[in-house]
Amino acid sequence: MTAIQNKARNPIAHLTAEDIEIIGKELDAIRDRVIADRGERDARYIRKVIKTQRTLELSSRAVLLFSLFPPAWILGTAGLAVAKILDNMEIGHNVLHGQWDWMRDPKIHSTTWDWDHVSPAEQWKHSHNELHHRYTNVLGKDNDLGYGIMRVDEDQPWSKGHLGQPFYNLLNACFFEYGIAAYDLELGKNLKDGGHRSPEFRARARAVGRKIRRQVLKDYIAYPLLSGPSFLTTLAANFTANLIRNLWSHSVIMCGHFPSGVETFEKTSIEGETKGEWYLRQMLGSANISGSRLLHIMAGNLSHQIEHHLFPDLPSNRYGEIAPEVRALFDRYGLRYTTGSLPKQVASAWWKVIRLSFPNRRRKSLEPVAPAPLVSARA
Amino acid sequence: MTTTARPKVSFRRRLLRLAETVTTPLLPADYLDLVAPLRAGAALRGRIVEVRPETPDAATVVIQPGRGWRGHLPGQYVRLGVDVDGVRQWRAYSLTSVPGGGDRLITITVKAIPDGKVSNHLVRRVRPGTIVQLDQAQGDFVLPAATPERVLFLTAGSGITPVMAMLRAGLPARADVVLVHSAPRRDDAIFGAELRALAATGALRLIERHTDTGGLLGVPELDELVPDHAERQTWACGPVGLLDAVERHWADRGVADRLHTERFRPTVISPGEGGAVTFTGAGVTVEADGATPILDAGENAGVLMPSGCRMGICFGCVVPLRQGAVRDLRNGDLTTAVPGDGVLIQTCVSAAAGTCDIEL
Ligand SMILES: Cc1cc2nc3c(=O)[nH]c(=O)nc-3n(C[C@H](O)[C@H](O)[C@H](O)COP(=O)(O)OP(=O)(O)OC[C@H]3O[C@@H](n4cnc5c(N)ncnc54)[C@H](O)[C@@H]3O)c2cc1C
Ligand code: FES
Repeated sequence: MTAIQNKARNPIAHLTAEDIEIIGKELDAIRDRVIADRGERDARYIRKVIKTQRTLELSSRAVLLFSLFPPAWILGTAGLAVAKILDNMEIGHNVLHGQWDWMRDPKIHSTTWDWDHVSPAEQWKHSHNELHHRYTNVLGKDNDLGYGIMRVDEDQPWSKGHLGQPFYNLLNACFFEYGIAAYDLELGKNLKDGGHRSPEFRARARAVGRKIRRQVLKDYIAYPLLSGPSFLTTLAANFTANLIRNLWSHSVIMCGHFPSGVETFEKTSIEGETKGEWYLRQMLGSANISGSRLLHIMAGNLSHQIEHHLFPDLPSNRYGEIAPEVRALFDRYGLRYTTGSLPKQVASAWWKVIRLSFPNRRRKSLEPVAPAPLVSARA
Repeated sequence: MTTTARPKVSFRRRLLRLAETVTTPLLPADYLDLVAPLRAGAALRGRIVEVRPETPDAATVVIQPGRGWRGHLPGQYVRLGVDVDGVRQWRAYSLTSVPGGGDRLITITVKAIPDGKVSNHLVRRVRPGTIVQLDQAQGDFVLPAATPERVLFLTAGSGITPVMAMLRAGLPARADVVLVHSAPRRDDAIFGAELRALAATGALRLIERHTDTGGLLGVPELDELVPDHAERQTWACGPVGLLDAVERHWADRGVADRLHTERFRPTVISPGEGGAVTFTGAGVTVEADGATPILDAGENAGVLMPSGCRMGICFGCVVPLRQGAVRDLRNGDLTTAVPGDGVLIQTCVSAAAGTCDIEL
């Protein structure tokens, strides 16, 4: 992909400023309708998912106390991996977005929730909710574009270091939760510019340290000890469950913004952005994954990334329900609704990581292109 | 030489810490709540056992409180949190059960008011088995330890509820008790049959007023109905208008100290002018008008607001106003804060009177 403003064929050139405003109004109407209808059914849904997750986690951990027996190991590891995925994706990510704050249940609230993850909820909320969701796919602003370590857009400058990025990406996938913790801390940037010496950074780093310690104590010491003779096998099971969780969430999240068809935006294009233009950026900057209901739940409904980015705080169970309407809107305005099966999207995202580890094949254009505004035909 | 004794960590506490190690980031309670929400040590909750209709628009809700319930005095109320359309709503309800009943059940009696969110839910929709959130009983609308010889109860509508608990608990046989109770019609009188039966035994003198036919009770009428009312210790509970009139009347006679009132609803006076309210911790700003309590404005914006009675009496909703102005919805008083002040305000009875920053 190339910043939308630099493309030979701008996919939104046919939209007028009024079109964009109307798109915004239509999306607002969808949102209002969901909010007016939000209620007991949704509350029941999230409570059921939480109950299922907790029951599954406890029973899997109980089975793993006997992990010396291979069937127990397999069953327990699989159950625990699923429980951890549910915790991070459908529950943690969405609760921390404030999707369930409207219930006013202090136990299921973005300000009180914490997840089975090494990045403290507070820090993740800042980098994810406040930065990524606001600056989605804006080059130089949205660090999710390559997480600050990879080049995932032709318009990001290439350097020799990028040759190794397929390998970093694999490593990041395996230890994704640590990658996220480092990312939320802006570790790379802070180490480079000396920010790591500020008391504020040190306090945050200590919080991460505490969280890591608790997570490690639980998974790699307490439960193995409780397992007695199954110490080593339980340790291996917990490691495997964390690995599966990391690979899965990394894959799903990579599919959200990296597959081909997703657009990126110039920094200058968001100055004075209207609500409609913000919506439009979310529409074009995200990609969905198609699949079964189970896939959507396991993906924390991030498989409805487009709907999620349009309405980050609507309850996740609603994304699938409004998807047909949102898609119809794309069709009506001749916009591309990027979606595909999980294998296809994962392959597409990986291909981009590999392809862009090399410099761009040919110079796109010799004359410098002035970054055009998002809407070319402003009325 | 002195030795400092190390604070002893109890075995229970140590066990709990160990349990926390394996449940982190959750607490052991989060798992226990799945199977035993009413256990000792849990956040106080209750399970609705039965909903008994009393009149066409009132019902008694029978609740089995959690093990942590510490009991109540007749006349006290309980705060109850119930999920209506998926949203947790807290309201106060007077307890109508006799304390220390053998079955450990408590009851509240709710009258559905037009468009009332919680009251209609409790009277018409809630199902047995539902878990509700509870607080310990509170309130000082209670009889003193030494029950006075002559008592007047002055109630209207659902205002009978705290008094019913007192009557059910039983007053000393020698006490001279009068109850003046107003209800729209005979059939609408909550506990009508029970009160009439009590009166028949001679335990009290019951004066019923059916306002659909007899009109609202005017306080001066008391001179005729209960000539010695000013000498009696009086407990009054009912609509705002009645209580205001009663308070004026008792004050005029110089016997305000013999009057005890319970209000189900704050008196609302002059609304302020409203403004943008920022909850600094949550990072949320909302436009609130001068009639909306900041508590409601915050809750509607998804901010986790502490709250209690929602009518200015419990101080469960107190938070610092960092800067700006709020108006007390009850008397129109203006409270202002300049940066650095941190004036504590009750959000349930304060509305924005200009831009304000709330630390929450
Ligand atoms: C100490 C205390 C004890 C109480 N005991 C009882 C009790 O034993 N039985 C009982 O039925 N209620 C009791 N209440 C009142 C109860 O807490 C609720 O206010 C009442 O049930 C209405 O709530 P709602 O959600 O149905 O109405 P809301 O949805 O909150 O309000 C709907 C409309 O009714 C108005 N309104 C709100 N409260 C009242 C009220 N009390 N009277 C008239 N109009 C109102 C509102 O301004 C609004 O316009 C008590 C209140 C307090 C503070
Ligand atoms: S909630 Fe009780 S004083 Fe405000």
